[in-house]
Amino acid sequence: MSKRWIVALKVLAHAACLGPVVWLLWHLYLSVTSEPTALGPDPTHTVTFFTGRGTLRLLVITLAVTPVRRLIPKLIWLVRFRRLLGLYAFFYACLHLMTYVWLYAGFSWSAMVDDISQRRFITAGLAAWLMLVPLALTSTAWSIRKLGGKNWNRLHWLTYCAAIAGVVHYWWGVKSGVRTPMGITVVLAVLLLARPILAARQRSAPSVQRSA
Amino acid sequence: MILKKSEIPTSEITPKQAYMNRRAFMAAAAATGVAAIAGERVSRMVRPAGVEAAEKLTVVNSPLSTTGVEVTPYEDITHYNNFYEFGVDKGDPAKNAGTLRTRPWSVKVEGLVKEPKTFDIDTLLKLKPMEERVYRFRCVEAWSMVIPWAGYSLSEFINACEPLPSAKYVQFLSLADSKQEPEIYNAHLNWPYSEGLRMDEAMHPLTLLTFGLYGEVLPNQDGAPVRVIVPWKYGFKSAKSIVKVKFVKSQPSTTWNDMAPQEYGFYSNVNPNVDHPRWSQKTERRIGFPIWKQRQPTLMFNGYGDQVAQLYAGMDLKKNY
Repeated sequence: MSKRWIVALKVLAHAACLGPVVWLLWHLYLSVTSEPTALGPDPTHTVTFFTGRGTLRLLVITLAVTPVRRLIPKLIWLVRFRRLLGLYAFFYACLHLMTYVWLYAGFSWSAMVDDISQRRFITAGLAAWLMLVPLALTSTAWSIRKLGGKNWNRLHWLTYCAAIAGVVHYWWGVKSGVRTPMGITVVLAVLLLARPILAARQRSAPSVQRSA
Repeated sequence: MILKKSEIPTSEITPKQAYMNRRAFMAAAAATGVAAIAGERVSRMVRPAGVEAAEKLTVVNSPLSTTGVEVTPYEDITHYNNFYEFGVDKGDPAKNAGTLRTRPWSVKVEGLVKEPKTFDIDTLLKLKPMEERVYRFRCVEAWSMVIPWAGYSLSEFINACEPLPSAKYVQFLSLADSKQEPEIYNAHLNWPYSEGLRMDEAMHPLTLLTFGLYGEVLPNQDGAPVRVIVPWKYGFKSAKSIVKVKFVKSQPSTTWNDMAPQEYGFYSNVNPNVDHPRWSQKTERRIGFPIWKQRQPTLMFNGYGDQVAQLYAGMDLKKNY
């Protein structure tokens, strides 16, 4: 993969990750200026699910990078997109958290403390966000050097924990009988299973190129 | 405050444009020409195929109508629905309810009554004069609307059913027909949808046997052709598309209460002091409001405490949620 291609693909990746946010901001602007229902009858709900689902999708895509390039060694260059995708996942998670702080808790500390202590789906969501913070902070090349590849890798296993906490948060948040979180749950489960299976395959076939 | 006499029915005072999505209005205007708009409500033109144009109802004012509230646009009341028989997404019922056949329709009355009866929908429509009742509507999911319903007090119908003194509860059963409701088994609830009220709740003048909204017959997705509206309770207590009414001695089993009793109590009175296990009920999101104005305080008994609080005198509402 030539450098030029990588740059072009990175531009595309940025556009793909930012596009939905631009769409959201545009509709938010419309709802302020001309059409109160540009974001649907329940804009709070629309924004909440938009940012929440965006976070989970990006997290899962980030987690898919390593298994995919192990499965198809030719795609090794995919790893160069992992940080970008992971950081966008964190960005969406921050938007999702802001939605809650503004539109649900109304910036009230007492409301937030109530929610966090009483509502497990909010506790799970907050836990997921908190796990993403150290990951975002250590996303620089400097951090990798400082921590050492092994430690850095170990720390970044937290991505799985964050994704699991996020999916649990989703299930606990929806009504009983609603199965919309099923899709993302299945994808995450496949990814969780793929890691040990691919690792085992690699051990039994040492000729395959090893990489972290 | 809400016992104040209201002026003219909303159906007459609400300008057409006010309850239509502006974009839909423009699109419809472009598509059908101004002449058509002058004669007809435009939201009808954006109705999904298969959903027939609504019939007008003759409604009179009611002193029980809530005043001083901003009525939710027709478009939102008819495109943001929980009606699991037609799919679990809020937009599904508007898309899928076209397959519901509301004629012929009859309501069977059974149980502790002088004699079992069957009421034809056209008999029910003419049983008593239709009133317009503007009520707040609060969903257990913490969103709310204000809806100009059309109907008459359920007590009028109950009197016509001639229940026995031994009847302490009334149960409502909704249509469960996978031919007309193809999505019904995708939702994992015990069908048919069942709801119930204590007899005194059912006889309360605010409890409405409902046939329409905005001065027209109910669109299918809003529970056509006949439903109940209990304005001081969470929306799921108000059964839609009713085919059977049973008078019983003890508390009937009800769908959401069976599904998750810790989340949905039998009473389910709107109560800002009793939270849903997964979210606060202190506030609600008003549908159709701009995002920064959506959050509103939730009122005890949805604002109908003056009229209904005495029904629950001496009851611990935290236990009987």
